[in-house]
Amino acid sequence: MTRRAWMTLAVLVLLAIVPPAFYLSGNAFYLSLATRLVILAIAAVSLNLILGYGGMVSFGHAAFVGLGAYAVGIPAHHALYGGWDALATNSGWLQIPLAVGITALFALLTGLVCLRTKGVYFIMITMAFAQMIYYLIVSIEEYGGDDGLVIDSRTELWLFDLDKPLQLYALCFLSLLVALGLVRMIVNSRFGMVLQGAKGNPERMASLGFNTYAYRLTAYVISGAMCGYAGALLGNFTTFISPEMMDWHRSGELMFMVILGGAATTIGPVLGAVIFIVLEEILSSYTIYWQLPFGLLLIVTVLFVRGGLAGLLGGRK
Amino acid sequence: MDTTLLIIQVLNGLQLGLLLFLVASGLTLVFGILDFVNLAHGSLYMLGAFICASLTYALGNFLLAVLVALPLTGLIGWLTERVIARTLYVRDHLDQVLATFGLILVFDTMAHIIWGPQGIAVPLPDWLTGQVSLGGDLLVPTFRLLIIGAGLAAAGGLFWLVNYTRLGMLIRAGASNRTMVGALGIDIQLLFSLVFALGAMLAGLAGMLIAPITEASIGMGNSIIITAFVVIIVGGIGSIKGAFIAALLIGLIDTLGRAFLDDLFSLFMSSAAAENSAPALSAMLIYLIMALVLALKPQGLFPPKVR
Repeated sequence: MTRRAWMTLAVLVLLAIVPPAFYLSGNAFYLSLATRLVILAIAAVSLNLILGYGGMVSFGHAAFVGLGAYAVGIPAHHALYGGWDALATNSGWLQIPLAVGITALFALLTGLVCLRTKGVYFIMITMAFAQMIYYLIVSIEEYGGDDGLVIDSRTELWLFDLDKPLQLYALCFLSLLVALGLVRMIVNSRFGMVLQGAKGNPERMASLGFNTYAYRLTAYVISGAMCGYAGALLGNFTTFISPEMMDWHRSGELMFMVILGGAATTIGPVLGAVIFIVLEEILSSYTIYWQLPFGLLLIVTVLFVRGGLAGLLGGRK
Repeated sequence: MDTTLLIIQVLNGLQLGLLLFLVASGLTLVFGILDFVNLAHGSLYMLGAFICASLTYALGNFLLAVLVALPLTGLIGWLTERVIARTLYVRDHLDQVLATFGLILVFDTMAHIIWGPQGIAVPLPDWLTGQVSLGGDLLVPTFRLLIIGAGLAAAGGLFWLVNYTRLGMLIRAGASNRTMVGALGIDIQLLFSLVFALGAMLAGLAGMLIAPITEASIGMGNSIIITAFVVIIVGGIGSIKGAFIAALLIGLIDTLGRAFLDDLFSLFMSSAAAENSAPALSAMLIYLIMALVLALKPQGLFPPKVR
């Protein structure tokens, strides 16, 4: 095994053992911190698929997280207060496919427009579309608008009881493993090769006869849907959702996780999420001005740490 | 819908459009010439508002405060270019976006430390707080007219600067081929710093003009920056003319959409349905227009000729 493979294994084993151990020894707080961490790691892994491997710098991924969370919150709201009978249920058989489906659809519709453009246009347009969803949710008073929505009962799933913190964590961790496996499988497939080729040299891929637009769009939809699933988990974890989840600062944080950990590496986004959450926790316990050192760290990382932590610790591929 | 309300809303839209232009023109200048995406541009808008607020209390006069605050925000822009932006010109857009995102966190927290978490209201001199009659029962706040006047003056000044002065000639030359401009013996670094400072001053001015209405607050730059992005995407990145037309278009559409969409909808649906759907659609309106423009012209309405 290479050094990087060992590192991947070590990070995952630690995530599997340490938080439940803390919980069982009476430190429930660390399990809840780790649950948030793992959910954001899934979102970062999904972003890495298009940002790292596909070269598409999406600055709107928080919108997918938010949409996924509202796909849990809105049916739960109607199940309790009535209205919209077709949607009103707590069943995971409806909520999870809804979260994945609605985010895939949103990714398809916005991707059709975004992917016609390149570079800085793409960054700004993904950002603008995310902001559109943000304002859309803010304007709908029935679902709390600006104030957000409380999820009164969590998604009812087969095998997992999400009201039990340990089972919620288990589901999130297993989902992370599946997401990592899925991205790895995609990247190593013919599809993934074309995607990476289109990042490196789009003209050559096009002249080889590949429709790079279609490949990019497919990757964008897969990434959006995965991120929507992470959002559904996040809604179940926080049981309170608000438009603030889709603020473009959240999108920026997801990007930071990917770059900090190492874009286009398997474990990079997970590593980035770990560092991000742990650092945020430590800094914010010392000062309410924690965003100042955080911002400086971000600047320093971009300026000096090429290839992220995975590159730094695991060596070049 | 009556004419008075329509005229007032058109003036409001014009005001929003001109403020958007002040923010967007700096963004588009910096991008067009320096090929640099500055997310922290909205922070300069916020800093302009805060500095102007403090100076208004210190000097006792709003207009005087604006005059002093303008060079100060220019100075902050200059320093930002020197310390952070300059090293990022050779990097890709992803790095620029992330580093300037970090810069936003730094600027926002600094503002929090210096001015506290609360917003700061900016008092106006008496002669600006009243209303002006524009014939009949049409009353418009004096200050709103001042914003429109100042916005138009700044836009006119910018057009003059870019099209009829030596500096403007260098800016246009830098936008089409900066290597050649450097080779001809122009201090390109100095030109870049000047453009950055100019962009900062324009964004700062927008912040100063809006502060007496909304008050200076942390994070005020974070929502306008996205709208400014929409403006420069629709107008064509790098084009000042495009930014001007798109800014007015977006300002008017957004304002009129919010004001009259429910009236329009109730013409062909029940008033309850109109009341429910109009706010949602008007919130999304400018983004849908952006999508439409991009679907028809991916480079925006007025793409710069040389790029």
